[in-house]
Amino acid sequence: MSVPHAILGLLQQAPSHGYDLKRLVDRYFAPDHPVAFAQIYSTLGRLETRGRVRLEAIERAEGPDRRLYAITDDGLTELERWLTVPLDPEPHLQAALFTKVVLAILSGRPVTPIVDAERHAHLERMRELTEIRRGSALPIALLADYALFHLEADLRWLDLTAARVDDLTRDVLAPTEIA
Amino acid sequence: MTLIATLPATRTTGAPDHRAPAPAAILTGRGLEKRFGGTEALRGIDFSLSRGEIVAIMGPSGSGKSTLLHCLAGILTPDGGTVEFDGRRIDALGEAERTRLRRTAFGFVFQFGQLVPELTAMENVALPLLLDGVRRTHAEGRAAEWFPRLRLDGLEGRRPGDMSGGQAQRVAVARALVGDPSVLFADEPTGSLDSLAGEHVMELLTAAARSAGASVVIVTHEARVAAYAHREVIVRDGRSSGPVAA
Repeated sequence: MSVPHAILGLLQQAPSHGYDLKRLVDRYFAPDHPVAFAQIYSTLGRLETRGRVRLEAIERAEGPDRRLYAITDDGLTELERWLTVPLDPEPHLQAALFTKVVLAILSGRPVTPIVDAERHAHLERMRELTEIRRGSALPIALLADYALFHLEADLRWLDLTAARVDDLTRDVLAPTEIA
Repeated sequence: MTLIATLPATRTTGAPDHRAPAPAAILTGRGLEKRFGGTEALRGIDFSLSRGEIVAIMGPSGSGKSTLLHCLAGILTPDGGTVEFDGRRIDALGEAERTRLRRTAFGFVFQFGQLVPELTAMENVALPLLLDGVRRTHAEGRAAEWFPRLRLDGLEGRRPGDMSGGQAQRVAVARALVGDPSVLFADEPTGSLDSLAGEHVMELLTAAARSAGASVVIVTHEARVAAYAHREVIVRDGRSSGPVAA
């Protein structure tokens, strides 16, 4: 999650205080890993310094003053940019799994048990996510779906690798010229 | 990865506890062999299914996973090995006895074309009971109970051609469960459905099987479908690997 963009997105709905923003960020974006108040306030400070939010008002009531923040035009532009420009694809497990497979071939170990163990571990996690999704509100269920589709993609790669392990072994073990 | 990180981490208790005593097996296959001409489809596979358990059979195309399901369900007779259901050998039964067993103790869901197009959803669901000699009013009364359980309310009078793929598949699940089978066999049950309809079918299939106390064997090549099972058995070149023992 990008906390700055989550805050900008929430402030686009209406000006808000740090305390309320923290509750909304937790509710929508981090229900299982609540964000620290300090992170919300430090992020608001940085956004203010960069001109993406502004202090709208200081409300004096019982207890500490409440600072009401609003999004600026620059903040809206940044939010729009972030929402419309695709994120960089993240490397998932393939690099590590591929390293394992190649190392197994190089060391003469059978690849199939390694692939089977990885598949089993993936399916275990997918079972847990399926269970999480079953009893959850839609936002959590969608997060679980996101994780499930990524794990499934890894698994498909594993299956393809398992199906091509003979070819891969020939390629990996083929003599190569050293420059 | 940040989105995924907001979900609970892998539980240490998530893996099956192999130290726990294994529950009684309701269906076992031992050393199963099956040949089609010169092709060995099964080469000595062992399989075990406990009461109330959901097991996914996975493997590449042509690996023998559907053949395994057909041997376990009494659709095919294995060339070698044994199949035991509820403590009784079924691999050596005659065709008539196996047919009766399939109708009374097993339920089936396939990928395509399993509903009778001329019949309504209600008639399709009631069909196994009617074939078993149950009177129509009683059969349709029992069939009607499955429509809300599979979110099919209001579709009782529709014919398969007037239903979506997901709805038709849920009617097939209802038909498979209407006779209170001990074991539900599902061969690629979501293979012809999109992701959302497939998830819906799997949610309802597993929930309905659980509530009916049925054990389930699912053949699938989809990991997201296999994730509804308690464990998976991998079939490769007619042999099994992975955590087989229940």
